[in-house]
Amino acid sequence: MLELLSLTAGYDRRAPVVRDVTLTLAPGEAVGLLGPSGCGKSTLARVAALLHRPDSGRVVIDGEPARGYRHRAPRAQRTAFGVVFQQPRQSADPRLRLADLIAEPLRATGRPEGAADKAAETADTVGLGSDLLGRRPHEVSDGQLQRACLARALILRPRYLVCDEMTAMLDASTTAALVGVVEEYRRETGAALLAVGHDRVLLDRWCDRTVEWSELGSRHDGLATAKPPAEQSPSVR
Amino acid sequence: MTVLSVRGLTVRFRMRESAPVRAVTDVSFDLAAGECLALVGESGCGKSVLASALLGLLPGNAETAGSALLAGAGDDPATDLIAADEAILARTVRGRRVGLVPQSPAAHLTPVRTVRAHLTETVRRLTGTRGRDALRTATEAAAARVSFPAGHLDRHPHELSGGLAQRAATALALVGDAPLLLADEPTTGLDRDLVDRTVDELRRHTGATRALLMITHDLAAAARIADRVAVMYAGRLVEIAEADAFFGTPGPRHPYARGLLDALPERAFRPVPGRPPELAALPAGCAFAARCAHADTACATQPPLTGGLACHHPHTAPADLVHPPQAAEAPGA
Repeated sequence: MLELLSLTAGYDRRAPVVRDVTLTLAPGEAVGLLGPSGCGKSTLARVAALLHRPDSGRVVIDGEPARGYRHRAPRAQRTAFGVVFQQPRQSADPRLRLADLIAEPLRATGRPEGAADKAAETADTVGLGSDLLGRRPHEVSDGQLQRACLARALILRPRYLVCDEMTAMLDASTTAALVGVVEEYRRETGAALLAVGHDRVLLDRWCDRTVEWSELGSRHDGLATAKPPAEQSPSVR
Repeated sequence: MTVLSVRGLTVRFRMRESAPVRAVTDVSFDLAAGECLALVGESGCGKSVLASALLGLLPGNAETAGSALLAGAGDDPATDLIAADEAILARTVRGRRVGLVPQSPAAHLTPVRTVRAHLTETVRRLTGTRGRDALRTATEAAAARVSFPAGHLDRHPHELSGGLAQRAATALALVGDAPLLLADEPTTGLDRDLVDRTVDELRRHTGATRALLMITHDLAAAARIADRVAVMYAGRLVEIAEADAFFGTPGPRHPYARGLLDALPERAFRPVPGRPPELAALPAGCAFAARCAHADTACATQPPLTGGLACHHPHTAPADLVHPPQAAEAPGA
C-alpha cells in the first residue's frame, strides 16, 4: 500500500504547486490521476516515486515512511518504484545504446552480472526487437524509445509503477500496446499503478478508479472518502 | 481549386554503412482550397519526412523523386516544392506560400526573445510593413487574429502556457497569408481541451481560401476537423477516405487503418499486432502483410493505390449489418 499523506510540494516554498494532497493506492490497485496541464499532477507523481522532496506531508510505502528523497532515498525504497515519463527523449541518455539504457538500473544497484541477458529479456516483453538494442536513442522512433524506457522501469521488478503521461506522445496502437505491457506486468507481479494523465477515456479504460485532481485536497482522501463508483462518473446524474 | 498536388513523391536516405532508409514511397494526393487533409499513421511511418520534403528541409543525405506542385497566386505558375532550389524556397515559399505550424511551439520559438519580437520580425519580413507605429499595429493585429492576449506579447516563450505558446506559433504561421498551412503534429503533448481548441482554430483559419495538411497521430483530433484522412504505413499511403466514412460508417477499408482505430481506448483498446517494419528493410510486397490477419500469397506483390486504397484484401462494408455496434462507436462525435 502506498500512502501519500497531506503532501505539499513545489519548487518555491511560498507558492507550492501541490497543496495538502492525500491519495492512497491499495495493494495491486491501479489509480488514474486526471488533471489539466500545469495543475501539479506531475509534481505529485515525482514525490510519490521519491524523486522530489515534499515541503510537508509524508509518503508511506507498505507501512514504512519514506526515509529520504532522490539520491537520499534508501535503495530498498527507491527501487520499489518504476517510473515512466512523458517524453522519452528527455529521459534517455543519448549516449547509451538501448540495451545499456534498459540495463542501467541493474548496474546502478550493483548487479551487473547477467545484465545484458536480463535487458534483452525485458526488451522482448515490451515488444522491442533485439535488432534495436544496439541503437542509440536518435536512431529509433518515439514509440520505440518509450518501450525502452518502460523496460528500464520494469527491469528491477518494482512493486509500484508511476506512469506520468506515458502515452501522451504516442499513437493509438503504441498506446494500447504499452498499456497492455503494464497490465501484463501487474497481473504477473501484483504491482500497483499510479497513472497520471489528461485523457479521461484512456485512464477510465486502464485503471481501477480515476481520481480528478480537483477532487484531491485536505478534505478529500483518495481512499477513505472515495465515492462509490456510480457517483465517480460525471455522466451518472 | 487545387492548392497542392503531390505525385509519386519518394524520399530515401542514403546511409553510410547500411541499406537506404525508404522513408516515403510513391505518395500522391491533392489538396484543395478550403480543405483539411489529415495524414495519420504510427510513429516512424514517414509522416514528418513528408512534411520536411514539402518545406525543402530534408537533410543532405536525402534523395527525392516525384513532384509536389504548389499552385501560384492568380496567373503565376505553380512551383514544384521538390525541385525548387533553396533560394526560391527561402525567399518565396516558406512562410509566404506555405505556413508551418510546428510540433513543439516551445522549441520553435527563440527562448531569449519575446512573442512581440518574433511577430514583429515576421511581419516586417513577410509583409514589408515599415515604420514603428505601423509595425506595432500590424503585430498586435497578428496576435489578435489568434486571440493571443495583447498583455502577454512582451513575455518570453517560457513564461507562456502550452496553449498560449501554441497560439503564438500559429500566429507566426498565419502572418504570411500562405495558401497552404502545414501542421506537423500540432497537438502533441497538449491536454484534450487544448487539443480541441488548437485544431478548431486551425480549421477556422483554413477558411475557404486556404488548405490545411495536418500531420498527426491523434485520431481524435483528425476526426474533429478533417474533411479527408490519408493513412500512411511504412512510407506509403495505404488509404485515403472521406473523414465521415472513415471514422463513422462504414469505417476504414484497409486492415491497418481498421486496426489503428480499434486501438483507441474508446473502441477495442487493442494494439495492431506485431511491429512496423524497418524502413531500411521493407519487403517487396505489402509492408503490412506480416501483421495482417488476411494476408496470403497475393500480398507478396505491392498493391497499387487505386480508388483511395492499397490492399489486396480490403474490408468490405457488410451489407447485412453483421457488425452494427461499430457504427455507434465513432470517436470524437
